[in-house]
Amino acid sequence: MARSTRVLPGFGPTLGLTLTWLSLIVLLPLASVFLKASNLSLSEFWNVVSAPRVVASYKLSFGMSLSAAAINAVFGLMLAWCLVRYRFPGKRLVDALIDLPFALPTAVAGIALTALYAKNGWIGQWLEPLGIQVAFKPLGVLVALVFIGLPFVVRTVQPVLEDLDVEHEEAAASLGAGRGQTFRYVLLPVLLPALLTGFTLAFARAVGEYGSVIFIAGNIPMISEITPLMIITKLEQYDYVGATAVAEVMLLISFALLLLINGLQAWTARRTGRDR
Amino acid sequence: MLKKRPWSRALAVLLALGVSTGAQAGTTLLNVSYDVSRELYKDIDPAFSARWKAESGEDVTVKQSHGGSSKQALSVAEGLEADVVTMNQAPDIDLLVERGGLVAADWRQRFPHGASPYTTISVFLVRKGNPKGIKDWDDLAREGVQVIVPNPKVSGNGRYTYLAAWGHALAKTGSADGARDFVRKLFANVPVLDGGGRGATTTFTQRDTGDVLVTFENEAILIARELGAGKFDVVYPSNSIEASAPVAVVDKVASRRSTQRQAKAYLDFLFSPEGQEIIARHNFRPRDEQVLAHNASRFPAIRTFTVEQTFGGWDKAQAHFADGGAYDQIISAAKR
Repeated sequence: MARSTRVLPGFGPTLGLTLTWLSLIVLLPLASVFLKASNLSLSEFWNVVSAPRVVASYKLSFGMSLSAAAINAVFGLMLAWCLVRYRFPGKRLVDALIDLPFALPTAVAGIALTALYAKNGWIGQWLEPLGIQVAFKPLGVLVALVFIGLPFVVRTVQPVLEDLDVEHEEAAASLGAGRGQTFRYVLLPVLLPALLTGFTLAFARAVGEYGSVIFIAGNIPMISEITPLMIITKLEQYDYVGATAVAEVMLLISFALLLLINGLQAWTARRTGRDR
Repeated sequence: MLKKRPWSRALAVLLALGVSTGAQAGTTLLNVSYDVSRELYKDIDPAFSARWKAESGEDVTVKQSHGGSSKQALSVAEGLEADVVTMNQAPDIDLLVERGGLVAADWRQRFPHGASPYTTISVFLVRKGNPKGIKDWDDLAREGVQVIVPNPKVSGNGRYTYLAAWGHALAKTGSADGARDFVRKLFANVPVLDGGGRGATTTFTQRDTGDVLVTFENEAILIARELGAGKFDVVYPSNSIEASAPVAVVDKVASRRSTQRQAKAYLDFLFSPEGQEIIARHNFRPRDEQVLAHNASRFPAIRTFTVEQTFGGWDKAQAHFADGGAYDQIISAAKR
């Protein structure tokens, strides 16, 4: 039995605490959401959550969140690589900058991004002549979500990279692997689980994000309304039940996607023999 | 002994603090209000405190909370301890009647003019020199004109804009279909829907987005005169909706906090000549005939209609904004 081999006792109490804590902090609020939404009959529920405006918002929210997480996975990996593998002046400063999106109130981020990308903004004024509009368009949503999701990938990949000695790459090279092969067969398999974790975190954060997006999105029905805005809109119209119904659908989709990604992660971990 | 039990000392300090603040600060009132009334109440509150001190010898401090009208009403319904509410549309006070009877059902009769100390109208703010030649509602539905409006779903300001446009087209075409068609064209020209009046102002003035901002007269004048002097012009359409701002004492809270007397006096003050002068100074249209008369130059006379006249009451107007209602249908069809 596992029990007899542990140096420290305490499986019982920690499991008990875990369950109690999870119930109190996570399950209880979620249960109240489901309870509230259960005031609707099935057909009413369906009418609320399948209204064209709401469906358009799911597409935008989940589509943009997945895209933003994917962009962050690529660039986050590069950032982490640069920070771990090289030494350069100001490295600590760069390292600290990465966490800023965590600390900044999201509304501030939203206002700053909108000011930058509006057609009179520093960046927006150069994009406008090219016919690219970011602020008040769906693209703005993506920009905000990339911003808030960046630290997740960097911070999950960084420690794994630090553990990964340069010798691995040198060994691969001395055995005749090209640069692409070294990355593809030596680095990526080891990094993939951490990368997926970062992707998942960035995605989950993006789906729930409200504060920053709301300023830059434009919030036009059918085009640039995110699902959290639909929920807030319903709340502000005193429609609690409708709001919780939409929230419930959002939770279910998120949960399914997160399960899927976690499954994928477990699979890649097993495949590369790093199952814990 | 105190050393052994530091909490008892902390408790004593807390108690002393509680007693002393209670003794010194006098009464505080919380006024929960809508988004663009900030500047008005910043002037009203000290004037009322001074007046009340002179009349009764009591110190009263008024605290303010501002935000989107409906959101504010919801906060009060949820337990925000407002002694008075000063909103921009009647449904937000009716909500407090329905939710737990926080406000008396006959609140409209408790103060003059249907418990509304001032009105305002929806007007246009355009960029200096009016490059797009926007003169009346019909110009907002023209192709190539971008209109900035706060989201009618959650903002009283935006709601009045929708209702004003509807009322204009209804009078012109004589049919609900005509009105619907017009409002659809107008909202197809809206590139950004902000959550409240101030958000829309920021989008129009700071982000340089849109050709025309439709907002309350007081907000438009404030922007044109102060925020962006020389950059914007106010345009009065041929007709508009009269938005009356309702006020009420939140009886349940006031009676629990024993602030009924002060709360009523505070709202009475809004109707007094002094209060009405301050109101006029902030470009809200006062109810007091005399005050209105000598501020007439501020307020060009245009034809106005009320929600009651055009829509037969707020209940029917509200139906436009319900989920799946006229607004939802229009905006879904307006999708480009």
